[in-house]
This record gives sequence, structure tokens and C-alpha cells, in this order.
Amino acid sequence: MSVMETNSGRQTAKILNRSVMTKRLVARLKNEEAVIGGIGNSNFDLWASGQRPQNFYMLGSMGLASSIALGVALAQPQRKVFALDGDGSILMQLGALGTVAAVSPSTLCIVIWDNGIYQITGSQKTMTSGSADIVAIAKGAGLSQSDWAQDEEHFDALVEQALAGDGPRLIAVRIDGAKPAGTTDRDPARIRINFMNGLGV
Amino acid sequence: MGSEVVKEDWAEIFVRVLKSNEIDLVAYVPDNVLRPLIDAIEADPYFTVVLPAREEEAIAIVAGAYMGGRKGITLMQTSGFATVPNALASLACPFQLPVVMVVSERGTIGEFQQGQAMVCRTMRPVLQSLGIEHFAIQDRSQVEFVADGMIRQAFATRAPAAIILSPLLTKRPH
Repeated sequence: MSVMETNSGRQTAKILNRSVMTKRLVARLKNEEAVIGGIGNSNFDLWASGQRPQNFYMLGSMGLASSIALGVALAQPQRKVFALDGDGSILMQLGALGTVAAVSPSTLCIVIWDNGIYQITGSQKTMTSGSADIVAIAKGAGLSQSDWAQDEEHFDALVEQALAGDGPRLIAVRIDGAKPAGTTDRDPARIRINFMNGLGV
Repeated sequence: MGSEVVKEDWAEIFVRVLKSNEIDLVAYVPDNVLRPLIDAIEADPYFTVVLPAREEEAIAIVAGAYMGGRKGITLMQTSGFATVPNALASLACPFQLPVVMVVSERGTIGEFQQGQAMVCRTMRPVLQSLGIEHFAIQDRSQVEFVADGMIRQAFATRAPAAIILSPLLTKRPH
């Protein structure tokens, strides 16, 4: 599916796998792009995809991956920055989408893995299992370039758009409830220092 | 003091301290008491200003900016501070991030609103329990020394800090 197709939404989006898609995203990162992994499974799968020095793994502050990414984007306008977060996380900080839209960094891309559940706490339902639609919310917040990835190829095409610097952009991905492929080593000082070294700071 | 030709107000001194510390990113949630500082920052092209919806976002934005090599600061009211302990305890503190919060103190010395008064009482116990350096500036003559020292200490020790602006500074005629 091409990046231009618009008559598609959450209902038509193929259900993908977070571990596979994280690896697929990371494989396209060739220019030391920064990646902020949200709390829990989002950063567990980022960790499992290979510990790039430009990865930051959150240990708490649920919902703030996009805000941390915005800060990185404001500090290093030449670097592309990705935030990876879950549906339960972003639902806690919907205002952050509006803040990103207001600042409008062309280098920033938010990826939301949406399985409609709080997977890590026992798969309780999130709002997105009902009527809440992350892409509609993001568009309403001012992120006009927000899309449901319809399948793997569409995801790739959207990522390429982000890498071309046409952001800010949000890519929502419907995912299954499979467990992450690993677990992050939770040493915050080391994570921060590695990340700063990775960003050349 | 009387010998000064031009008397800077507290906000002007604060802006000078921010610049001397190369802090050019400001993320704030507005407050009426902070208005002189907000107006000065907004009017000065030196600063990049971000207005997030919540104070937690402001903390995460300056945390991210610091890791990217840019120095920022956050401004908020006492009641805004009451919303940020999770971001402090799980982001700023464990990751050793110098998130400097300028908190305008409401809820004390003349407060008319009980909600504000009660929220205010939570601020110092939270700061103390998290081991966060904090000091309430009470007089214009303290602004430069305290703000500069706390900012330098926060970045040197990679620790968050709260610069509290007491009503003695912001409400009392100087």
C-alpha cells in the first residue's frame, strides 16, 4: 500500500507484531536517529532490537516518550527523532500531541503501538479497544500527518516519509498481544550516559 | 540598594541569570505571579519557548533537551508542581537529569483559596522526600545569587532543583 492512500483507518489496519515492527523500524535507521522507548513493552522491544547508542529507555514517567523526544528534537534540530509508545501510555498524555503539533519539529516522528490493552498489567482494556482512535485524536490535536499503518509496506513508506524530514508525523500501528522479545537492563544512569554519548553530547 | 541607578525587578535579574547560564529553552505552564518573567522571556528572541499542556511534559521536554545538549528550565505554579512527582521520581531523579523548576509559591502568606493553601503544604515534603535541592527566594537582593547558584549546582551535580519564588519576593513591594 502506498503512503498516499487515505481511505483507510484503524479498522482496515492489519494487526502486526511489535517486536517484528520495531526491528523493521530500527533496520531503516542509518543516520544515528534518536529513539525514545516508552515505558514497558515499547522499550523492551527496542532493547531487544539491538542496543543502539542512540536509544533511550524509559523506566517510568508513563506517557512522556513524545515529550522527551520533543526535547531531543529541540536540542538537535539536525537529527531525526522517534518516540515509540503504547496506546495506554499516550492516552495518559494526550496533551503532549498538541504540544508537538504546536512546536512542529519536522524531524520528529511518534510511533504508537496500539493493541487496545494494558498488556503488561494483565491485558485490561484501554480506551482504544472501544471508540477512541489515536490517529483521529492526533489529527484533532494538530498533527495532520497522522496515519494508521495498513500493513508492513505502508509502515515502511510512512517511516521513509519521517526520515525525509516531513514531520511532525504520527504512525499508529495495530499490534497483537504477544510478549516482547526481551527485557531492558534497568540501569538509569548507564542508559542516560550511553544515550548522551550516542547523541555526541 | 539606593545607590543603583537602574533598579532591575526580580524577573529582569532572573532573565540575566538564565542567559549567563546559557539556558535558552523555557517550558512553562502559565501562572499570574510568573507573568513578569514569562513576559520578559516571551519578548526575548534569545529564548525558545514551549507551552505544554501539563507540567510533567515540561519536565520531560527539558530532560530530553539536556540529553541532547541544550539547557532548559521549567516554570510552574505550586499546584502544577503537585502534578509532577511521578516524572521527577521516575525520570529526573533516577536518570540524573538537571531539571530546574522555577515554582511560584501560592497558598501561603495571604492566600484566599483553601485548595491552593492545602496543595502548597505538599510541596516541601515532596521535595524533601525526593532529596531535591530547593530554596525559596524571599527578596530581590537574593535572586541573582540563589538562582545562579542553584542552576549551576543542578547542572554540575546533574540533579533536579526547585527555585521557589516566595510571595515575599513576588507580592511584597520592593
